Amino acid sequence: MGEYILELDRIEKSFGDVKVLNDISLSVKQGEFITLLGPSGCGKTTTLRIIAGLEKPDKGKVYLEGKDVTNAEPNRRNVNTVFQNYALFPHMTVEGNISYSLRLKRLDRARIKETVSKALELVQLVGFEKRMPSELSGGQRQRVAIARAIVNEPRVLLLDEPLGALDLQLRRQMQTELKRLQKHLGITFVYITHDQEEALNMSDRIAVMRDGKFEQIGTPQEVYDQPKTSFVASFVGSANIIYGTVSHVNEDTLVFENKNGIGIAARNKINILKGQKITVAVRTEHISLTPAASNRNAVGLMGVVKEKSFAGGLLQIFVNLADGQEIIASRHGIDSLLVPGDNVIVTWAPEKAILVDLEGAQ
Amino acid sequence: MIKRLYECIRSLKINCLAFLAVLPLFAFTFIFVIGPLAYMLILSFLQRAEVWGVVNKFTFKNYRDILEPVYLKTFIESFKLAITTTFLITIIGYPFGYFMAKLDAKWKKRMMMFIFVPFWTSSLIRLYGWIIIFRANGVFDRFLMTLNITDAPLKLLYSYPAVLVGMVYVLLPFMILAVYSSAEKLDWSLVEAARDLGASSFQAFLTISLKLTLPGLLSGVVLTFIPSMGLFFIADILGGNKVVLVGNLIQEQLMKAHNWPFAAALSVILMILTSLMIYIYRRISNVKELEGLV
Repeated sequence: MGEYILELDRIEKSFGDVKVLNDISLSVKQGEFITLLGPSGCGKTTTLRIIAGLEKPDKGKVYLEGKDVTNAEPNRRNVNTVFQNYALFPHMTVEGNISYSLRLKRLDRARIKETVSKALELVQLVGFEKRMPSELSGGQRQRVAIARAIVNEPRVLLLDEPLGALDLQLRRQMQTELKRLQKHLGITFVYITHDQEEALNMSDRIAVMRDGKFEQIGTPQEVYDQPKTSFVASFVGSANIIYGTVSHVNEDTLVFENKNGIGIAARNKINILKGQKITVAVRTEHISLTPAASNRNAVGLMGVVKEKSFAGGLLQIFVNLADGQEIIASRHGIDSLLVPGDNVIVTWAPEKAILVDLEGAQ
Repeated sequence: MIKRLYECIRSLKINCLAFLAVLPLFAFTFIFVIGPLAYMLILSFLQRAEVWGVVNKFTFKNYRDILEPVYLKTFIESFKLAITTTFLITIIGYPFGYFMAKLDAKWKKRMMMFIFVPFWTSSLIRLYGWIIIFRANGVFDRFLMTLNITDAPLKLLYSYPAVLVGMVYVLLPFMILAVYSSAEKLDWSLVEAARDLGASSFQAFLTISLKLTLPGLLSGVVLTFIPSMGLFFIADILGGNKVVLVGNLIQEQLMKAHNWPFAAALSVILMILTSLMIYIYRRISNVKELEGLV
């Protein structure tokens, strides 16, 4: 128990007939930066609210520093939240907002002032003490919300899509700053986002959520390179999900077939039988396309180039397979003489094809 | 204004045309609001004629008369009643409006109906309903006697409490609506933020909810206090001639004693007092407009 600062134990929560959280368990270490990543409506905000005490779970327990706080009021938990809409008190100055929790504790004025100015220094807002929230820009409000949440020296800081409302450039900058702040303060961060890039950049661990469940919890590297499910594979980064039936099982690889052709995937010591139906994830950047005319005997999936487009500095080539499935291949820089209408063979290095959705396996 | 009008006609710009369009409203206001007020002010400095009407002779007598103990007492009584009324309305109306804003949309609508339905009937007629309840051996008396709380009629009608109840009854919706419209705009996530930062639910209410709904509360106070200084028919119907308020006095001087200048002087003083209230309200709340004037 002692080594974890925050533990969620089999949490369940429903709103009316809708089950929002279904058996959620999570253990967070002191000083860890953990991100709950998932599409909107997956239950990540509810999870956060349960940790903060703003919502009570129907089943399950919440432990903070080993103590059961499941039914503790929010003001009795050493946890603070940076809300999605910042929730700054509009009738208080920046100073008033930040000092709110300290004033509730009835600390003496000199100490409050000192703590507030330290916090303002930390979030680089010195000189803004007397401003009202309405006089601040989005980024500045964001900083005030963070300062307000950390002056109380919480054991765990909860951040609910704190950068969601900011423009891309500011978001990148704040990502770096938040990470720096977290290292500096040594506070455990539970961070919510639906932006996979943000999650990969900042987190020590990522918990990928879907429909009120954790699909996978692991380091960014693990989640990216070894996705356990097709959802994780396609939500974190972008991957092609390919279905097939196993036709050969070798030492390190296996061969599968579908209507479009033949594919090879890494076995990863998983017990797979011939004839078993499998799902394989291949990242778009690992897809190779060879003109079908130049290599008649190549092993791969047969398709036709449909479209090429540039997105975010990447060239994306869309290929239609024989059964209509779409495969996306992405390339840095300008690529390929392939034009729409070309027949291609879709291949990949066997170790780049990861078996996913293995219910019960391993 | 004249200069602007002149420029307008010369330039014929769009916002100038808009200005021309609202001109009739200005004229209307001038004729039906400012005109009568000015007339009243002038009237209050004139003398009463022997039989009917006024004599065009300047005098301060009307204002001096107000200082007579009888009339001064009426002002003080009115003031006391208005304060008591406003106090009671605040205690009942604030929580009502506040919690109404917390209801879900369906119940909000229903509550709104409950509040508005009585408005479909004139408040005068509804006050007659209170007579049935309050009169000796009326509904209220019989109810208490059946429960053996009292053994004789209380004779509540034509008493101070009856007037107070009538005042609260008539003016309560204004407070509720003022507070409601203010609480409706309240962002509940701020209350959650306060709780998250260590405030108990009561502390969160005091420092966040109450502070942010204060404009509504204060405008509710103004909206109830000012009419309760001037309403005369409630004291008339439920108070008989036992409770005489400024409003009654003005009405009596105007309609019965035909002392128009004195009635005008009383009205001017009443207006000054209530304007003072609004001024104080603005100073306290820093709000320029009254909230809740739905």
